[in-house]
Order: sequence, then structure tokens, then C-alpha cells
Amino acid sequence: MGLLDPPGFRRNRHGQVWLHLPDQQRTVLRDLLEQLDTMLTPPEPEQPVDPLAAMVGIDPLAVRPADPALARLFPDAYTDPEAADEFRRFTMHDLRTGKRDNAATARATLEATNPTRLTVAECHAWLGALNDLRLTLGTRLAITEDESGHFLQMAEDDPQRAMYLVYDWLTYLQDRLVTAVSRGLRG
Amino acid sequence: MSVAPVEDVEVVDHSQVETPWVCIVWNDPVNLMSYVTYVFMTYFGYSRDKAEKLMLDVHQEGRAIVSSGSRDAMERDVTAMHSYGLWATVSRES
Repeated sequence: MGLLDPPGFRRNRHGQVWLHLPDQQRTVLRDLLEQLDTMLTPPEPEQPVDPLAAMVGIDPLAVRPADPALARLFPDAYTDPEAADEFRRFTMHDLRTGKRDNAATARATLEATNPTRLTVAECHAWLGALNDLRLTLGTRLAITEDESGHFLQMAEDDPQRAMYLVYDWLTYLQDRLVTAVSRGLRG
Repeated sequence: MSVAPVEDVEVVDHSQVETPWVCIVWNDPVNLMSYVTYVFMTYFGYSRDKAEKLMLDVHQEGRAIVSSGSRDAMERDVTAMHSYGLWATVSRES
């Protein structure tokens, strides 16, 4: 890696994807992924969970999340709200588990030395986790269109400015990763 | 005047049998165009041309039908889209 190469995900000439990221940025990502996992942790059930239902991945209490960011991560699969809730009871548990696994896998790669070589599975986990982080921040910031660079027009002391900066940085990282993995696809 | 009994005619409602279900992906302001194209290529196995056309349909029209088939198959596709973070719904093709 040359001094002028930007940090992020890169594919080398052997087709390997590497994560080049200084410690400071690794720490920020670790914190963000930890917050994502906390958000994805299911609330303690108020009634005992049917063990058979839990075993086969059915969540009889799954409903549309009240938090708009969670509602974006677990969207309605049907325009009819009743059908959407029914569908959620059968799918939300596995969907939640998959998202938490992605965040955990991504976090684990941040513990390795810089730069870090990523497996295909780790690239996939990163893609999902970065997207979930961007969807969450995008919902919190009420992003409506391409607002990259928006923070440049914000006052230095605007409390949302830092969040915009992080959102843009995550967009940059995800774009680099999509580019890195897309080069391995047949056209 | 004929007294022949009326033959029983089996009524088959073809709209119930043959109308396929579809998976619709909706536009949203966060997902990157490159990422959406990547998802269509890797999950559905679509060519880059087809994946990019569908991605542009989603972006410009607000939504696009990305697959069709049985209800079970469409529910699998929608679940997969949600796992990628895309916003998708199942409906009956109209």
C-alpha cells in the first residue's frame, strides 16, 4: 500500500480483497457495529417463549418495530399489514440472526492486524453490515436523496454534522467494497 | 323441448391458478446503485446488463418486478432481498 492509497477495501491483482484501515478508524467501526448489534438484540419477551416455535425459528410475537430504523431493517413484505405481520412471525427471527452474525463477523476482522485479508464470506458479512449501518443512519438523518457532501453546508456545531460525516464515510467504504467484489463477477 | 340433463361443467378459475406472484423491489434513498446491481447479479444470477436495467427501473420508476413465480419462491426472494437490506414486497401480478 503506497502512502497515497486511500484506506478501505481493495482487491489486489491476485483477486484477494484486503481491508486497509488505520487503528483509529477500526475503533470507530467497532463502536458502530457494537451499537448496531445492541439495536438488533431482541427485547426480553414479556411472556415465556414457546420452545418449539423458537427451535424452528418462529417468533410468534414479531410485530412491525416501532423504531423507524428497525422498521427499515425489517420491512413489510406485503402491502397488507396483516399479511406483513404474519410473514414477519416466520422470518424475522432468522433475518435478525443473519444481521447480527454479519456484524459479529465484520467486528472480528477488525481485531486482526492491518491490512487484513478478507475471505469471500467476510466480504459478504461486511457488505450486509455496512448496508445495515447506512440504512440505520440514513433513517435517523431522514436522508431523502443523494446527500453526499451535505455536511459541508452544515454549521460546525450542528449536532447532526458528525452523523453525516460518518454516513458519508460508510458510503465511501461500502462503494469501495462493492467495487472490489464486483470485479470478480462474470459480466 | 329437451329434457337432457345439463352436464356438470367444472369451473376452473384460471386467474387463481396461473397468475404468478412477483417480487417487487422499491426505490430507497440509501442503497447504492452499484450495490443493488451487485445483489441482483449475485442472488438472481442475472447478467450485468439485466441487473443494471432492473436497478435503473427501481431508481427511476420507484419500483421494479425483479422475479416472478410461485408464492413460496417469491417469499424466499423477498426474504433474501431483506437480508441484503433492499426493500421488497410480494404481490400477485396484476
